[in-house]
Amino acid sequence: MSTRDLTVPVAAPATPWRQRLGTMVPILVLAPSLAASFIYVFVFTLWTLYLSLSSSSLMPTYGFVGLDNYASLWVNRRWNIAYTNLFLFSGFYIVGSMAIGLLLAILIDQRVRGEAVWRTIFLYPLAVSFIVTGTVWSWLYNPVDGIQAFVRGLGWTDFSFALTANRNTAIYAVIITGIWQSSGFAMALFLAGLRSVDPDLIKAAQIDGASVFRTYRKVILPTIAPIFLAVAVIQIQFAIKTFDLVAALTRGGPGVSTTFPAIYVYDLMFQRGQIGEGAAAAMMMLAALAVVLVPYSVWIVWRRRAEGRNG
Amino acid sequence: MAEIAANARHDPEAAAATRRYFWNRFLVYAVLTLFAVIYLAPLLVVVFNSLREQSEIARNGLISLPRSFRLDAWAEAWGTYCVSGTCEGMKRNFFNSLWMAIPATVISTLLGAMNGYVLSKWRFKGSEVLFNLMLLGVFMPGQISLMPWAFLLGKLGLTNSTYGLVLIHVVQGISFTTLFCRNFYVSIPDDLIKAARIDGAGFWRIFRKIILPLSPPILIVTVIWQFTGIWNEYLFGVVFTSGQQQPITAALVALTAGGTTARAYDVMSAAVLIGALPPLLIYLFGGKYFVRGLTQGAIK
Repeated sequence: MSTRDLTVPVAAPATPWRQRLGTMVPILVLAPSLAASFIYVFVFTLWTLYLSLSSSSLMPTYGFVGLDNYASLWVNRRWNIAYTNLFLFSGFYIVGSMAIGLLLAILIDQRVRGEAVWRTIFLYPLAVSFIVTGTVWSWLYNPVDGIQAFVRGLGWTDFSFALTANRNTAIYAVIITGIWQSSGFAMALFLAGLRSVDPDLIKAAQIDGASVFRTYRKVILPTIAPIFLAVAVIQIQFAIKTFDLVAALTRGGPGVSTTFPAIYVYDLMFQRGQIGEGAAAAMMMLAALAVVLVPYSVWIVWRRRAEGRNG
Repeated sequence: MAEIAANARHDPEAAAATRRYFWNRFLVYAVLTLFAVIYLAPLLVVVFNSLREQSEIARNGLISLPRSFRLDAWAEAWGTYCVSGTCEGMKRNFFNSLWMAIPATVISTLLGAMNGYVLSKWRFKGSEVLFNLMLLGVFMPGQISLMPWAFLLGKLGLTNSTYGLVLIHVVQGISFTTLFCRNFYVSIPDDLIKAARIDGAGFWRIFRKIILPLSPPILIVTVIWQFTGIWNEYLFGVVFTSGQQQPITAALVALTAGGTTARAYDVMSAAVLIGALPPLLIYLFGGKYFVRGLTQGAIK
């Protein structure tokens, strides 16, 4: 960071009063946003935390019940399904979209013709809402009208593709759709990373006679390692907050098989009038995020410091 | 990277290398094409179905080339289709989303630009700490804020209104816009600002004459990010609005959830496309700048 402290006046023809006002301007500009962010992040979180410890049911009340809501959350079978789904989904979704994203990025990086066209095709799902994606894919998964019917129509009459109709496989429909939606985003970030690798480094590997594959594996991919982590963290965030996709794709079903924590919170708070337990579930979501984000932030800070030391 | 492949052509062991090069290229394009088909198929399916007759869809399934062509489904989805009691199509919800997304995008982008300017060029004691605190907003799951928002919107009399959603999206968006702009402005040389100050320019003049003219790359990113994010948002829309006040995402779910009656796939397809169109268009026209800007400054 080369930014110097610019609040110290350089040319100061102004009176001390005007000077003081001048130094106040930046803070005054920032103040409303700061206040809003502060309320949004801290006050809202503490508020929900308190609700999660209260006896709130249909309306928020402030009778303190300690960890009761958390206890009843964790003995609930549906919550356990939701949490298991979250792990399952996150794992497959992150690995899948990163693998496909990286593959596409490397392919596009081979100086293909019409690069912009390929990029646009792979990235457009990102512009579309999870609601749209979920709706359309729910039709495609529909055994009567969708892919299964199409393939059977082609002549493969016992072809079966009815993921969303079955409790055990519906989660995979969510995973596949999630990967379809977000692998383009991973591709864009990876591609940017590949382009930022020092060309001299690649030349050196070439001169040493390394193959394309080896150059990627030994030289290029290790240098963009931080991007892997960044993409993973962004994706985990999406995964933990997943709500729209499931709302439009399976609505949590069949049964409760594709319930996610985000769906659970919404259901408890606004459908069943169990605000306290809903708040507890929301706090568990925040906890899941913190488990990922806190170590990541610490690592980022550490890396910046290390870079600072090495110039 | 491709230089490696390109150079293989001039290798002394020419023939084998050329053959290998050809197969490499073939494989590259084959895999890309395969994925392109997978990515484009759902879009094509919806576009076709919005143009086919419902009877044809019922007969041949969702996936097939159109044998009829008409725009009736679009007209119906836009203006006359009945959802939950009213027969106004998606029109009203479309404009709800527009009147929500435009002001929320403009306000949050302006705030983000000013905040980013302060946090990169007018640092004061503790400004880094404040920046990091604002960043936390990026990670907040919406579910945490649902009850507090419900209470606040109730107190402000903004329940079930587009204004309420604008407020939510502005507050939520500040963290993102500030992060994007701040990271971008950091790369503007401080000497430029210093020179302007020696010439007597103040806070606002520097913002207008130096910072804003340099900002288009990041403002495009911020506007695209905010607009598509707000347009596509569903949770707050479905929780805090109902019926005619709903944004288009919530209305789409209501429309497509329509029970067990014969499903009007033609109209629903058109409705889905109406709901997807604004961010798609913005992305098609601005996507190039988006990716460039995103990787230049926003995500580091």
